[in-house]
Amino acid sequence: MTEHSYNFAYLDEQTKRMIRRAILKGVAVPGYQVPFASREMPMPYGWGTGGVQVTAACLTPDDTLKVIDQGADDTTNAVSIRKFFQRTAGVAVTEATTEASIIQTRHRIPETALSAGQILVYQVPIPEPLRFLEPRETETRKMHELEEYGLMHVKLYEDIARHGTIATAYAYPVKVEGRYVMDPSPIPKFDNPKLSNSPALQLFGAGREQRIYAVPPFTTVVSLDFDDHPFQPTKAPHDCDLCGASESYLDEVITDDQGGRMFVCSDTDFCQTRRASGHIGALGVPVSEGDAA
Amino acid sequence: MTPEALLGGFSDAPTQSSFAFRAALEILSRPGEIRALTGATPPAPLSIAAGALLLTLCDGTTPVHLAGAHDCAVLRDWITFHCGAPLVSAEQATFAVGTWHELHPVTRFAIGQPDYPDRSATLIVEMADLQQSDARLIGPGIAGFTLLSLPELAAFQANRALFPLGFDCFFTSGTRAAGLPRSTFVEAC
Repeated sequence: MTEHSYNFAYLDEQTKRMIRRAILKGVAVPGYQVPFASREMPMPYGWGTGGVQVTAACLTPDDTLKVIDQGADDTTNAVSIRKFFQRTAGVAVTEATTEASIIQTRHRIPETALSAGQILVYQVPIPEPLRFLEPRETETRKMHELEEYGLMHVKLYEDIARHGTIATAYAYPVKVEGRYVMDPSPIPKFDNPKLSNSPALQLFGAGREQRIYAVPPFTTVVSLDFDDHPFQPTKAPHDCDLCGASESYLDEVITDDQGGRMFVCSDTDFCQTRRASGHIGALGVPVSEGDAA
Repeated sequence: MTPEALLGGFSDAPTQSSFAFRAALEILSRPGEIRALTGATPPAPLSIAAGALLLTLCDGTTPVHLAGAHDCAVLRDWITFHCGAPLVSAEQATFAVGTWHELHPVTRFAIGQPDYPDRSATLIVEMADLQQSDARLIGPGIAGFTLLSLPELAAFQANRALFPLGFDCFFTSGTRAAGLPRSTFVEAC
């Protein structure tokens, strides 16, 4: 068996047609979760089987693919999915956000602003924002049908009552075009403002839960909040220790067992690009020196 | 079966359908954009763009309705041979093909159910010409507004009023196509 024994982008044509129809209906009804007959993929659930199927249905041989996992291009999940499509679709791959035509992401939106013509594919574990509040699918479907989202506001209110502030930090619920409440996948709420009015098309795939949904370009996406407790995107109050960026989302890295730690950009391409252009953070070294080490 | 019905499909289905789908995705997610949709050479009266859409999206699980002059022996055979799609009445269709006049009354088509708005028809409307003019489009996928030569306004305004229910449209003319999802507001300009 060689990789050329696979159909283009792994999936058979019948499956791709089914996924493509679901994507188009998702685009037509922004934020609504379209059921689809998710296939078993050669990777475990939780590794992005939904995102992989959406990407496979959208790929053309001319595409340049970027895959990130929590912002990083070089982690296991990102590397394995990138290799999967290199082998089964033969597409070009890149780590540069600006060069990619399709970006599959797990739990981050790239820091670099996306442009028209790009497609951002999210891997989604639990697509139903109401699921932890109401476990029955029959009931959550009825709640979406009737636009009955009071329960979600009760949840956010209980956050305030208990913690003094809305404590939800990731998978922060949003309302799309004033109609459907949607789970933006477990992105940090720092990324929520980037969902709205993006020039790029955003597609969401949940493999185990068998749902596809979409946010078309230039679509209004509002994070749920209250007049007296407005939505606030948050990040660690630091600058990146490698590139010095103050506006990017940061990961905290434990460096020893003496309490040592550093904060670095979660978006590796953004951090690398800044370092290459001469920005240096508190613990950073110039790029050429760092590469030699 | 007519011999023409055997010809005119994709010669390289995985690649050609991937390009056709990307064009379809682009035009439906950016109403008002016009893109080329090629790869198929279906028999008349079906346009190349409409043929490519059918080959890319239809199969044995998607009932197709052929309206008016499109309901002819050669097209019935072509769709049966290349897509394997059952040919049905307007009410049962998930895809429908015809000119705007032939598709009327469009209220016949499935608009989905309140709990499953995705179970709605997609209309492929054959047009003599496609221009970025006449009607002003506003809504998801559009920065500001765009223009598209729609066959009429009232039916699309009534369809938008049903949101999140409603049908979705592709407009095809020769090798060119545009999209109009149910989420778009249309008005005269």
